[in-house]
Amino acid sequence: MRNLKFVSAAFLAGLSAPAMADEVQVAVASNFAKPVERIAAEFNKDTGHKTAVSLGATGKFYAQIRNGAPFEVLLAADDETPLKMSKEGMTVPGTEFTYAIGKLALWSAKPGVVDSQGDVLRKGAFQRVALANPKLAPYGLAGEEVMKKLGVFDAIQPKLVLGENITQTWQFVGTGNAELGFVALSQVAKDGKVAEGSAWIVPQNLYSPIRQDAVLLAKGKGKAAAEQFLKYLKSDKAKGIIRGYGYELP
Amino acid sequence: MPPPFDFAPIWLTLRLATVTTLLLLLVGTPLAWWLARTRSWLKGPVGAAVALPLVLPPTVLGFYLLVFLGPQGPGGQLTQALGLGVLPFTFAGLVLGSTLYSLPFVVQPIQNAFEALGERPLEAAATLRAGPWDRFFSVAVPLARPGFLTAIVLGFAHTVGEFGVVLMIGGNIPGATRVLSVAIYDHVEAMEYAQAHWLAGGMLAFSFLVLLALYGPGKKILGDKS
Repeated sequence: MRNLKFVSAAFLAGLSAPAMADEVQVAVASNFAKPVERIAAEFNKDTGHKTAVSLGATGKFYAQIRNGAPFEVLLAADDETPLKMSKEGMTVPGTEFTYAIGKLALWSAKPGVVDSQGDVLRKGAFQRVALANPKLAPYGLAGEEVMKKLGVFDAIQPKLVLGENITQTWQFVGTGNAELGFVALSQVAKDGKVAEGSAWIVPQNLYSPIRQDAVLLAKGKGKAAAEQFLKYLKSDKAKGIIRGYGYELP
Repeated sequence: MPPPFDFAPIWLTLRLATVTTLLLLLVGTPLAWWLARTRSWLKGPVGAAVALPLVLPPTVLGFYLLVFLGPQGPGGQLTQALGLGVLPFTFAGLVLGSTLYSLPFVVQPIQNAFEALGERPLEAAATLRAGPWDRFFSVAVPLARPGFLTAIVLGFAHTVGEFGVVLMIGGNIPGATRVLSVAIYDHVEAMEYAQAHWLAGGMLAFSFLVLLALYGPGKKILGDKS
């Protein structure tokens, strides 16, 4: 009797909700932490689904997914990893698309340290510059590219401290342990502006575009919630949020 | 051809573990002696504080050290006033972090050894007119030898195996803060599995041998005291 009641209640709930509520497991590159939090909240509200977000380095997700991690969607920090995964049969082919183009910022937690032209790099009046490990993180690679183009890399190299990912890099600068560092604009931007400290938004001609691709993973094949999440990422609402954090869109 | 093998992290790790172990003996011995013999109400709180690194995730310690030792933190203000600069991202910073992190592994075995002594050998020494320092160095320390050896081995090995704290306050600088565990992590993340296997396998073998020395022949040499 009790069971029957439960079943009918669940049935009625199912009728009233737009679709059966489901959970979608999303692996997200650290630099996209803030926007994905808002996008997921909106998505949950609009669809009744539940989004479980895991943040981390894209290279780590690659290793985890290869070894059976339960993620259904990947929002990577680059376009190479999703491509590589597609070639290795870890995704649903043809589902990858660029959801954001990352912007690099040279940032200090203190006002007046970084000028709006980035001349601070040439002057070299600092002890430490934080950079995400270029071997592991696209934003780190972009930062290295900028310093090389400006001809200051050799001078700055002894002062570099490497973050394991872009979040740790931000933390080094945010706590003042490094006076400045290369971070993702999304980490320090709010409503399209740099919220605190001082920053140089690095011009795009100094580094190769950081195209961030999303892809439906093999585990998400045929899962409605996962497919809807990717579709939602392309909606105007999501795009507005993404732009607000300083990303560009293709 | 794989890239040339990088020995710097191994050398750095051994240096860090050696310096940390020596420092821990200097700091940990008096602390263990006090904990073993005091009747003060402070014994509980101090003992609990010493044991904290056993239960806290290293990220907690690393995070607080980063904030505390940073230029705005009280520790950072102090080191700057002393002309030492700020400690995160330096070898000295890693030594400090490792000392805190491995403290219970050194203090507890020594404390247990001191407690196991009891009063009698020290009282006997006192009746032979040995002063307090003499009693400590000629009676207590030699009798607590197994505890000291356990402390040295565990302190050293635990520092070699440290990861979270170093990752949080190290900044991955070759030759200064890129220790073995961080180098392995880097290789794994960058999918350089050959180098990762060399270092990780070496570490596994090293750790096993250290513990074997402690639990196997070490136990016989030291007697059953520990």
